Amino acid sequence: MATEGENQTVFDVAAASMLTKELRDVFASGKTRSYEWRISQLKSMIKMCDEHEEDIADALHQDLSKPKLESIVYEITMLKNSCTLAIKELKQWMVPEKAKTSLLTFPSSAEIVSEPLGVVLIISAWNYPFLLSLDPLVGAISAGNTMVLKPSELSPATSSLLAKLLPEYLDISSIKVVEGAVSETSALLEQKWDKIFYTGNGRVGRIVMAAAAKHLTPVVLELGGKSPVVVDSGIDLQIATRRIIAGKWGCNNGQACISPDYIITTKDYADKLVDSLKKELEAFYGKNPLESKDLSRIVNSNHFSRLTKLLDEDKVSGKIVYGGERDEANLKIAPTILLDVPCDSLIMKEEIFGPLLPILIVSKIEESWDAINSGTKPLAAYLFTNNKKLKEQFVMSVSAGGVAINDIAMHLAVHTLPFGGVGESGTGSYHGKFSFDAFTHKKAVLYRSFMGDAALRHPPYTLGKLRLMKALMTSNLWTILRALLGRS
Amino acid sequence: MKNLLERVTLDLIRTTLASCNQKISIKRKKVILLVTSKLSRPSGSSQLPIVTVLWNSVVDTGARRTLTYCSPWKTSHKHEAVLFPPLSSPIRKSLCICLSSSAKLPVMMEERKKTFDANEAALLVKELNESFRTGKTKSYEWRVSQLKSIEKMVVEREKDICEALYKDLSKPELEAFVSEIAMVKSSCKEALKELKQWMKPEKAKTSMETYPSSAEIVSEPLGTVLVISTWNYPFALSVKPVIGAITAGNATVLKPSEIAPATSSLLSKLFEEYLDRSAVRVVEGDVPQTTALLEQKWDKIFYTGSPRVGRIIMTAAAKHLTPVVLELGGKCPAVIDSDVDLQVTARRIVAGKWQANNGQACISVDYIITTKDFAPKLIDALRKGIEECFGTDPMESKDISRIVSSNHFSRLLSLMDEYKVYNKIVVGGQRNQKELKIAPTIFLDVPGDSKLMQEEIFGPLLPIITVGNVKDSIDLINSKTKPLAAYLFTNNDMLKNYFVQSVSSGGMVINDTVLHVTVSSLPFGGVGESGMGSYHGKFSFDAFSHKKAVLYRSFSGDATVRYPPYTPEKQKLIKAVMNGGIFDIILALMGWFLLLNSTLTMTCTTEHDHMTIFLDFPKDSVLTLDEIFGPILALMGRFGD
Repeated sequence: MATEGENQTVFDVAAASMLTKELRDVFASGKTRSYEWRISQLKSMIKMCDEHEEDIADALHQDLSKPKLESIVYEITMLKNSCTLAIKELKQWMVPEKAKTSLLTFPSSAEIVSEPLGVVLIISAWNYPFLLSLDPLVGAISAGNTMVLKPSELSPATSSLLAKLLPEYLDISSIKVVEGAVSETSALLEQKWDKIFYTGNGRVGRIVMAAAAKHLTPVVLELGGKSPVVVDSGIDLQIATRRIIAGKWGCNNGQACISPDYIITTKDYADKLVDSLKKELEAFYGKNPLESKDLSRIVNSNHFSRLTKLLDEDKVSGKIVYGGERDEANLKIAPTILLDVPCDSLIMKEEIFGPLLPILIVSKIEESWDAINSGTKPLAAYLFTNNKKLKEQFVMSVSAGGVAINDIAMHLAVHTLPFGGVGESGTGSYHGKFSFDAFTHKKAVLYRSFMGDAALRHPPYTLGKLRLMKALMTSNLWTILRALLGRS
Repeated sequence: MKNLLERVTLDLIRTTLASCNQKISIKRKKVILLVTSKLSRPSGSSQLPIVTVLWNSVVDTGARRTLTYCSPWKTSHKHEAVLFPPLSSPIRKSLCICLSSSAKLPVMMEERKKTFDANEAALLVKELNESFRTGKTKSYEWRVSQLKSIEKMVVEREKDICEALYKDLSKPELEAFVSEIAMVKSSCKEALKELKQWMKPEKAKTSMETYPSSAEIVSEPLGTVLVISTWNYPFALSVKPVIGAITAGNATVLKPSEIAPATSSLLSKLFEEYLDRSAVRVVEGDVPQTTALLEQKWDKIFYTGSPRVGRIIMTAAAKHLTPVVLELGGKCPAVIDSDVDLQVTARRIVAGKWQANNGQACISVDYIITTKDFAPKLIDALRKGIEECFGTDPMESKDISRIVSSNHFSRLLSLMDEYKVYNKIVVGGQRNQKELKIAPTIFLDVPGDSKLMQEEIFGPLLPIITVGNVKDSIDLINSKTKPLAAYLFTNNDMLKNYFVQSVSSGGMVINDTVLHVTVSSLPFGGVGESGMGSYHGKFSFDAFSHKKAVLYRSFSGDATVRYPPYTPEKQKLIKAVMNGGIFDIILALMGWFLLLNSTLTMTCTTEHDHMTIFLDFPKDSVLTLDEIFGPILALMGRFGD
């Protein structure tokens, strides 16, 4: 993809090392620590969104044929909301948090001071190439770091737009964009960073973490996984169906890390669900979804052939109950539903990350917990039910990065909830204050005065001291008194 | 079932003590052992012997696994053990009985497990994962019972623990009590007191985009976790993370340090005796065992030790995407201004250096920075402080730990004897290779490129660096990697602020040393080279928990704006809702209704700071009540905050 090589010098390890050194110097100067700097950057980012909304939507359309409403809602507005929240709350976030002190250290006071980590690296993904690049950036800026953003080379239009816009709107001395693919990323990963924030897949996540280990760099890994949707009977089927569609095909045509990967439902209910899905899909995308302007395309031909391979596997090709149409020239695949696919099929082994939606059938809805827990922990898990007990059971027994009951993907929009995976779906979290925390070191500070020095703490250790110390530390008043008396 | 047990009794029952009779009977699913021994209580030991029943099983690989049932020896040397043979474990072939006591009978060692390799490690993890999957460790009751057992263990075995620490490090009893036993006890106590609160899902405010909804953050255990601890506080640094893991409801494996062997074997014994062995285990060993453990997939690895090994741990963890907490060290500086109470300062430095395991602590003072003029006064005060604490000959003092091993002893000697620094000694310098003792030693004005100033010292040596202005010390500190702790002694508030603002370290204490470790409301952990992640108090619980975001929605309040086909009107409305301007919403809604040819009428009146909205719409409207009021109500809720 990196075709504009003529006027670009190669970004190698030496260049990467120069870059981090430069950023380290800027960080040392302290400018990014100031409240004013952080606010000014966040405000510029909003301005950038407002002034270039069309350009951004165009770039996203070029990269993914992303419908404009999706771009505006899920990428631009979400980012602006992050900025607005950070601007509103930043002062509060930056205030050191008072901590209670114990009798042991009396007299003293303590606080937890949030300090920036230093120079951080953000490597983002192609599916929400605008938001997933800049939302972490909001965190890194709010926390007062200097940073490098490496957008995904698989969404070249957005990548180059970011490379153009960021220097225009943001402080070029502390916020850099490096475009590129594997070799550029490797050069970056060889450097010492104070945090690496990676959004992508588990395979590269492992590479990033192993590279980070060399420098003891902490990482946030936002990965994916097969996010299940459990559908109980006795629900408002139309609404559930609409929400599933919005969360699957309405989120970048299934190319989102939290979009539903597969559905689990009971035997009796499956047909109803399929019928409802068919009906609503038609209402949304028309009779020929390949022609619909409201569906994103598949990002590239690699992913297109990966998806068709999943679809064409012998075990599953006969299971298609809706859709299945594809248009290789335009990289389009229609919303496709597969009913009752075997668990050992490719489509149930890999993360799908596309418009295919297999439905698994269980005889009792509770059996889905085991089905989910037998796989790796997903980034999200969804349940549609009106049964309160079922909800409780689901929340208690299914481990996932996040859970939404009776909706899809909406937990992402709640900034008071941490967004991040667990196990195979990632490490660390962000959004709202969690983004600030992700790029912050919580420094414990204890203040003492020169008063209240207890000779007790110091050798020579006598039996009396031992007794008193024991009494003090177990804070039993009676024993303290006895020990004190015994001493004197 | 019966056959199996009979095979066990017939085949391979043997005792490793000749002077012991045993009777075995099988009732239902239990094996009952009655052991009578002529063994007399070992002289000089106040401890009762312990009977250990080793339940050996030979698995396909031929490796031997030891499932131990332990209980204190009952009176009159009779012991009855009831065993529930674990049905899920591999083929059981032998059962043998060992008697042991704190006097350490040699027989104990004979039946010790052979090598612990990757296969065994895999089996262990599998077993613990199964335990975890049963859900038992998740229950509040289980967590509490384990914490109480730890508390009980610490109370009942205080003597043993102190003895082990003395063996490993000649650690003075008061130090052992204060910095190890009491720390563990207070962690247990706090966890017991707060656990219910910690486990409660935390309510989170929801935003308008998702109205109507509620949200919470649920703390769930991660699964099976590995704790690798270290030798300098071998008891506290092993048990405290385990407390965190238990509090959060995980299954746990502890690998204590082989460099403190007495404590390591004591921990292995005590955990078997006091804790639920189906979910809490100890694996003793050094590099091969640790490597075998690290090859497994864990849900968290908690490591305390050096940055070198920390890198190895994190690299191994990366293979399985396992998150890590790394508690490392670093050169912790103490900056001393000239306006301080000198006596108190000196005492606190002494406490934070030589009283902290003779400098072998990750947060003990590594070097001092002070001004040129003040250095001589400070040295005098420190000399006096050392003498007060450890007498005129500190080599004879019982109140100071020894160096842990001959390796570390020679490492420290090489630092001391480097030609750049050996003539800079102003206090101390004595050493005793046989007893692994080094006296408190102070160096003045060592060069920055000496090994003493390049490596973490981790011992009783204390270099003093002088600067012209006390503020210069901050650049000096920041030129090195980020330490685990930084200390400042001053009465100058401006300097305090400046220090806190510009020095980055894991933790910080102003006008004292080390004490922040005792404040459980403060997170304890490093940054950069000194580590990642933190623990203590609730932070320990959090370190071993996953914070699961949960959003609850109902089927009401479904806004069709979310769904395709995406019309320009929808775009306008959704932008308005997400931007949060109430007038934009109203305008957009109006447009929306017009589009739907609804007969809705809407009037807004604004009076003072009140706004009233009247909506009148037909019964057959396409929109539900929630759709219209949802965003507005939510918005108002937001303004109401």
